Amino acid sequence: MINTILSEIFYCLIGVIFILVGIRALKAQELRERFFTAAFWFLMAAIFMIGPYLPPAVVGAAIVVLAILTGLGKVKPGAGAGIDPEKSRREAKRLGNKIFIPVILLAVSALLAATFLPFGASNAIGISGIIALIVVFLAAKPEPQEPAVQGTRLMDSIGITGFLPQLLAALGAVFTSAGVGDVIAGAVSSVIPDGSRFIAVVVYCLGMALFTAIMGNGFAAFSVITVGIGIPFLIAQGGNPVVIGALGLTAGYCGTLMTPMAANFNIMPAALLEMKNSYGIIRAQAPVAVLMLIFHVVLMYFWAF
Amino acid sequence: MEAIKLIGILIMIVGFILKKDTIATVVAAGIITGLVSGMSFLEVLEILGSSFISQRTATLFVLTLPVVGICEQYGLKEKAVDLIGKAKNATAGKVITLYQILRALGAAFSLRLTGHPQFVRPLIQPMAQGAAQVRYGEVDEADEEEIKAYCAASDNYGNFYAQNCFMGNAGTMLIVSTLVEQGYDVDALQIALCSIPAALVSVLAGAVFNWRLDRHLDKKYQGIERRNRG
Repeated sequence: MINTILSEIFYCLIGVIFILVGIRALKAQELRERFFTAAFWFLMAAIFMIGPYLPPAVVGAAIVVLAILTGLGKVKPGAGAGIDPEKSRREAKRLGNKIFIPVILLAVSALLAATFLPFGASNAIGISGIIALIVVFLAAKPEPQEPAVQGTRLMDSIGITGFLPQLLAALGAVFTSAGVGDVIAGAVSSVIPDGSRFIAVVVYCLGMALFTAIMGNGFAAFSVITVGIGIPFLIAQGGNPVVIGALGLTAGYCGTLMTPMAANFNIMPAALLEMKNSYGIIRAQAPVAVLMLIFHVVLMYFWAF
Repeated sequence: MEAIKLIGILIMIVGFILKKDTIATVVAAGIITGLVSGMSFLEVLEILGSSFISQRTATLFVLTLPVVGICEQYGLKEKAVDLIGKAKNATAGKVITLYQILRALGAAFSLRLTGHPQFVRPLIQPMAQGAAQVRYGEVDEADEEEIKAYCAASDNYGNFYAQNCFMGNAGTMLIVSTLVEQGYDVDALQIALCSIPAALVSVLAGAVFNWRLDRHLDKKYQGIERRNRG
């Protein structure tokens, strides 16, 4: 009960950040889509803050509206102030390595809160955000409005892709109800001999890498392949869901290393570095990616069962 | 015609390949999949809505943004640059390995550094290239390309394989949300801990390849240098 209340408080805080991102968009006079962009963020804030008290179909309809807004290209970054490089250099001199303390605390306090506090691992992330915020105030002495300003700036720059994980989990639920997993499982079962865990692990890891390579997006591949292959052939056969899930996503990243579809990791940097061969990075990464994929298969096989 | 249910996956593949908006692509894939599988539009909206609400955990990372944002404004990048800059007299491979270790640590501690424009281009590649120049004089174009490629690759290794070690990472939360939605009780701490081996091995793999790069350069150029001197 306490845990639910705590998480709802956190979701309300997140909602406040979304509202601020929307206001930031409204203030961007030169942005033609500013009203649509603000509408996106306000609607998302409403889903986070009051969504649980609405009928699910209403939330679903709101998601469709959000998708239409982004699909039509109406949601743009607010183009507010970025980092002030002058100030950054000045503060780096003043604070020195102290500036690492809050970010390290962010990870460590989440770990400790998840282990030792009774509020659950998800709430631990929110708790760590607050602990680190207190410490950053002690260490860097920022202006009182800066958490809101900087948090809004970052959220704005992450933008709508920040919602992809949450949306993909929801897509996984739709796929499961629709029986998509069963269809994939049916097709794959002809490849996997009865009870061969090893082949199942190979198919899962390869499928993850292949789908990630095709789509250029490990997150999307993860929800599809885990529902279609990982759960029926590994987890339902007694495999440890934590191990299979954790290794599954990084097995997918082996595919990311080998695909031009992941342009911002593999192609854009080649241009940035003025390389002659725009596939040079992929060529250098391929052997490491293959080795890592083999490692994933072996580790998953021995660790998950 | 069970196979028609796979149309959502096809939509996703086409949508991602054509670089259509990801949110719209995913929602369209979900709705069409539901409809062709015999659900009503209302039913699809209900499933979409209720699981989107229950999986708000996946977006909890937003609560870490104020801290990360403030640290960025207060010199985080400048200090990271200082740290790497201390590696004087290193070889190209060692510079790249050091960067990969720091990048992996950064990813594991939630630093959202977009590595290539912020670090690799302005800092790591010039340092690695500089190290090679000091050691061998000029290197030929093919090796210059190789050094550049290894610099860019180290950023990807460090970023991809280590980020799930952070509990609030979007990928970690995706794994948690997906499995919880399918009825398996896992949490972010477990996923983060199980992500550590892959992160360690990726650093090791990168280090081995960078060491091989150094050996290749040593063989190729120090040999020539000696012969020229002799």
